[in-house]
Amino acid sequence: MTNMLQVRDLHVTFVTPDRTVHAVNGVSFDLARGETLGILGESGSGKSVTLRSILRLHPEHRTRWSGSIKLEGDEILDMAPRALSDLRGQRVSMIFQEPATAFDPVFTIGQQIAETVRRHTGKSQTESMKRAKDLLEMVRIPSPAQRLKAYPHEMSGGMRQRAMIALALSCNPTLLLADEPTTALDATVQIQVLLLIRELQREFNLGVIFVTHDIGVAVEVSDRIGVMYAGKLVEMAPVERMVDAPQHPYSRGLLASTVHDGMRGQRLESIPGAPPDLAEVPSGCSFAPRCKFVRPDCTAAVPSLRDVEAAHAVRCVLAA
Amino acid sequence: MDTLLPIQDRGGPAQPLLLATGLRKHFPVAGGLFGRTTKVVRAVDDLTLSVAKGETLGVVGESGCGKSTVARLLIRLLKPDKGTMVLDGDPVDEPHGITVNELRRQVQMVFQDSYASLNPRLTIAETLAFAPRAHGLPAAEARERVHDLLSKVGLDPANYATRYPHELSGGQRQRVNIARALALRPRLIILDEAVSALDKSVEAQVLNMLVDLKTELDLTYVFISHDLNVVQYLSDRVLVMYLGKIVELGPVEAIYGNPQHPYTRALLSARPSMDPRKRTHEAPIQGDPPNPIDPPSGCRFRTRCPFAEDVCARVEPPLADAKFQAVACHMRVAGSGHSKAMAA
Ligand SMILES: Nc1ncnc2c1ncn2[C@@H]1O[C@H](COP(=O)(O)OP(=O)(O)OP(=O)(O)O)[C@@H](O)[C@H]1O
Ligand SMILES: Nc1ncnc2c1ncn2[C@@H]1O[C@H](COP(=O)(O)OP(=O)(O)OP(=O)(O)O)[C@@H](O)[C@H]1O
Ligand code: SF4
Ligand code: SF4
Ligand SMILES: [Mg+2]
Ligand SMILES: [Mg+2]
Repeated sequence: MTNMLQVRDLHVTFVTPDRTVHAVNGVSFDLARGETLGILGESGSGKSVTLRSILRLHPEHRTRWSGSIKLEGDEILDMAPRALSDLRGQRVSMIFQEPATAFDPVFTIGQQIAETVRRHTGKSQTESMKRAKDLLEMVRIPSPAQRLKAYPHEMSGGMRQRAMIALALSCNPTLLLADEPTTALDATVQIQVLLLIRELQREFNLGVIFVTHDIGVAVEVSDRIGVMYAGKLVEMAPVERMVDAPQHPYSRGLLASTVHDGMRGQRLESIPGAPPDLAEVPSGCSFAPRCKFVRPDCTAAVPSLRDVEAAHAVRCVLAA
Repeated sequence: MDTLLPIQDRGGPAQPLLLATGLRKHFPVAGGLFGRTTKVVRAVDDLTLSVAKGETLGVVGESGCGKSTVARLLIRLLKPDKGTMVLDGDPVDEPHGITVNELRRQVQMVFQDSYASLNPRLTIAETLAFAPRAHGLPAAEARERVHDLLSKVGLDPANYATRYPHELSGGQRQRVNIARALALRPRLIILDEAVSALDKSVEAQVLNMLVDLKTELDLTYVFISHDLNVVQYLSDRVLVMYLGKIVELGPVEAIYGNPQHPYTRALLSARPSMDPRKRTHEAPIQGDPPNPIDPPSGCRFRTRCPFAEDVCARVEPPLADAKFQAVACHMRVAGSGHSKAMAA
């Protein structure tokens, strides 16, 4: 497998007059074509900021970046506006938790998908509309010809989410970025959409980065899982390995504190305290204030991300 | 009542703490092209439930099925269109019963949105002292109670009493909301998605705390959540709702171990697998839940049910006792006319 995406030492800091947020503090990973990487982490850990960096969606004037993000060899952080617009329209697509952000309420679903197709392929109106119908069919929306004429608010949550996936795939991207696309859906609908994403990923050999805070969801879709904490990846491993033998104390705590079948009557393991404030760049392990294994060298310097075995890396002084 | 002592059980332990019979709540909504016609959301329809003393009753179901409406009916934030409620033998809001105010002292509620439910201009201590003061507790005693409440929910009073809501994390704010619900020494607490917005590691802290408080203070819980795993963890009995109706009700072991209603089965098998070697390969049911305006006739689940037959569209299945649980499905009603039902 060749790597389509290479992220190296990414730092993202937001600076506003009243505060500074060090949202991402040195994230590195690779993604191969046809691979799904799950990024798991709690609220504020920097998952969305990492993902949005790949499309450079942050407000330019108050974002400070460093590091490198290369897609098929092209440096995204240096891209000129023209190349950036090609990147967003043709090479990389993104789906979100809230489809309302993807669709304009005053146009029909068909108009919006067809317009995107027309813009990127130069096809005629009729041809674009036909492609839009095929796309709706592809995401398994029943009676697609009728659904083309529906406005976003006329669709159920699950249907809108499918339509957003159709829109995202309308320009044949090679990389799909998914930011909690099923979090707002009901359980019986969520599983349908997860299975759809998995099928489409295979069918089109997409690279997918799937951000979620739900371990079950990450396990359903991912080949590898990266765990984020306070703007850093603290562990990265193939999905089986992450579930069977997580190494970082935070990953272990997160898995142990997630309630699942058969835990009734047991006391839950929980991690004391709360994640750190990101106003300062951390000078040691960010998890140290909550870690029961903390020792002096944890806070002396930021622990490096070390391989404990092939494809399994851990950022902890205890990892060997 | 003025000293706000804990309330003793009245009828014996077998008398339900809360009994709600035939509760109904329909919301009129504007419909039609110009909003002239009136349609009705049947949020809760003829729902009967009892909550036993000391138990945790879990309530599950998908978005819009009426869970929060049930919660708000149980503490009378909403007035039911129909139905009656009895709290430990006392009818609620009836001539010889107890008032709604008295009900709200004994039954408290905690919501999901920990930020919206706290007044941003009051310190935590002021928020917590508010209800006890309003019920006539002297200032010194109220201060003592606030300290006691904060300690109970694991927040050091010296550190947290004078903070404002925005100076707390989500988990800490939810602890404050729970402390506030405890302030009048209620017997029943309704937790409506109370841990749903919390991160997993914090959720576990709050769940452990809820378990401890229940024993320490002899509480009864109604625990509403869309998270089936958390409901299983906490509940003694579980009630499954679909479009304003109870479809299945029974002990947690029966509901999770041997679900009878096709919807309960689908809901349980829609849970993502925690094992990458046993991923889900097929969604248990297709489509989205229908709109609760004009729900399907007969069995409301029939539009998504793989076993639906003619009778399901014609007749509403009653919530009938099966072996360990109650189920509302024609397949479980002898002589219903469903081909999978036993003959009468
Ligand atoms: N445009 C912005 N300006 C300032 N701060 C921001 C901006 N976007 C994100 N942040 C901050 O960066 C941090 C990381 O946010 P991010 O959205 O990546 O978290 P997340 O892991 O996606 O969390 P969640 O699970 O809640 O979505 C947070 O502290 C957030 O408040
Ligand atoms: N005040 C209201 N006016 C009109 N409709 C309402 C009102 N309150 C609730 N509803 C409707 O009643 C139905 C049941 O809502 P309810 O909030 O009880 O559902 P829920 O099960 O708590 O859902 P969720 O899981 O999303 O919290 C929904 O269709 C909702 O839109
Ligand atoms: S580096 Fe130290 S503090 Fe950080 S996770 Fe490892 S043991 Fe804990
Ligand atoms: S009554 Fe009919 S439609 Fe309803 S759950 Fe049973 S079989 Fe399915
Ligand atoms: Mg996010
Ligand atoms: Mg609700």
